[in-house]
Amino acid sequence: MTFDAHAIAKDFPILDRTIRDGKRLVYLDSGATSQKPNVVIDAESNFYRLNNAAVHRGAHQLAEEATDAYEGARQIVANFLNAHSEEVVFTKGATESLNLVAYAMGNAEPGNRFHLKAGDSIVVTEMEHHANLIPWQQLAARTGATLKWFSVTDDYRLDLSNIDSLIDAKTKVVALTHQSNVLGTINPLEAITRRAHEVGAVVVLDACQSVPHMAVDVKALDIDFLAFSGHKAVGPTGVGIFWGRAELLAELPPFLTGGSMIENVTMTTATWAPAPKKFEAGVPNMAQAVGLGAALTYLTKIGMENIHRHEIALTAYLLEGLAAIDDIRIIGPATTGLRGGSISFTLGDIHPHDLGQYLDSQGIAVRTGHHCAWPLTRKLGVPATTRASVYLYNTTEDLDALIAGVQGAQKYFGR
Amino acid sequence: MQLDNLYQEVILDHYKNPQNKKLSPTYDAQVHHINPSCGDEITLNVTLDGQTVKAVTWDGVGCSISQASVSILTDLLIGKELSQAQVIADSFMHLMQSKGTEKGDENLLEDAVALAGVSQYPARIKCALLGWMAFKDASVQALAKEN
Repeated sequence: MTFDAHAIAKDFPILDRTIRDGKRLVYLDSGATSQKPNVVIDAESNFYRLNNAAVHRGAHQLAEEATDAYEGARQIVANFLNAHSEEVVFTKGATESLNLVAYAMGNAEPGNRFHLKAGDSIVVTEMEHHANLIPWQQLAARTGATLKWFSVTDDYRLDLSNIDSLIDAKTKVVALTHQSNVLGTINPLEAITRRAHEVGAVVVLDACQSVPHMAVDVKALDIDFLAFSGHKAVGPTGVGIFWGRAELLAELPPFLTGGSMIENVTMTTATWAPAPKKFEAGVPNMAQAVGLGAALTYLTKIGMENIHRHEIALTAYLLEGLAAIDDIRIIGPATTGLRGGSISFTLGDIHPHDLGQYLDSQGIAVRTGHHCAWPLTRKLGVPATTRASVYLYNTTEDLDALIAGVQGAQKYFGR
Repeated sequence: MQLDNLYQEVILDHYKNPQNKKLSPTYDAQVHHINPSCGDEITLNVTLDGQTVKAVTWDGVGCSISQASVSILTDLLIGKELSQAQVIADSFMHLMQSKGTEKGDENLLEDAVALAGVSQYPARIKCALLGWMAFKDASVQALAKEN
């Protein structure tokens, strides 16, 4: 099947609407959240229309149908990641997934492989989103462990030159992003997973910006835990995934406790159900999980390789177009090698908020600010940037509109 | 276009030529305020002479709205009695919450009425208020120090 972004865009009803005085919507903020195709909107609403009941309980037909739909979605996610379904935990988003693993480690007793104490270390990177930084800061503060990090180089890559001293025998966790939401940098994982496993540490991958955009195979990557959000992958809001290796999920203590996650309960004690139920207390976000299943099925039908190739082509097109504009500084790798479609930049003295506001007046949606990666933007000496992020439904026409918009803003604010 | 309601000439002038944007070496109170949603930051010094605002100086980074707003604030409030500064600040905050339904009292707010258009852009109200919240904080601290 040939890839046709214009045809794909027709699957997304919101892309038909107009913005500010009838301008065509040019949506370049998929790094924040993606738009939804009809198949996802229908799957979520049809669950409510036809199958809604609490899963895993109830002796009635609706409960059976709801459970089938929910567990079916889990299988779709597992297939998408090349994982086993019992390794796939539904959460309300990647932020919850990352907090889940950090808090669960904090609950580990001495003797458990996840137990952390003073003298242990947690390793992150300087390019983390706040969601993959603060949970580890807090875990370090609660346990007395030390937080360490990989620096970012002047060419917007991880500085791995000190990997053997940074990740050492005391390291218990290495948590990093697969693709930076600000820079677009795709991090090479092989050296990091090899070194982490050499010292007995686990690798937690924030895959929010990679799973929606490229084929991610958890086995091939040799990682231990992974998190992503459904809403960035054309799925609904309010659903995310926490994946972990089966043997690790078996040892990891629970985070949230309550209904559905137990094996046996007395007035004073409780034991846990096996994963994934151990990590899914309460009635889950069933309609959203089903919607996510529909989203990943949709992406699979188009093909993740095709989507990635399309985005790389758009990224190359935009990088070239922006480079021709005076005063543009790309905050991220200038070429498409190991880089995805999040393109951050600054424009001379024009503040990103003002640029974003001007672009909005032209119907163009971009993100401005520090992108929830404040330590990174501070390190780079840019308090804020403008970020365009592309997805499968974007076209070169969208990028032409952005380039013209940036030039228009220069005229507008240069008056 | 509607955008011109937001970016009036007066605002861009203040952005390009900000007033009192140089921190004084002495002050009665110094505050540092941040807009955590966008990373805008301001440091603001207030010096009082009895009940009069003697000096307001500042430094910061941010968009044209936040920078122009604090520049206008300094022009407007330096030399005013604190009680009058409070009346002006309340009037400005009311204007920002007006969702585009009010133009602002030009006799009271002077150049600050140019920011009236901000009230139509909910995401930008915090930008316009950054300096004003900093002033409010600093003047309370300066007053407490005097007493």
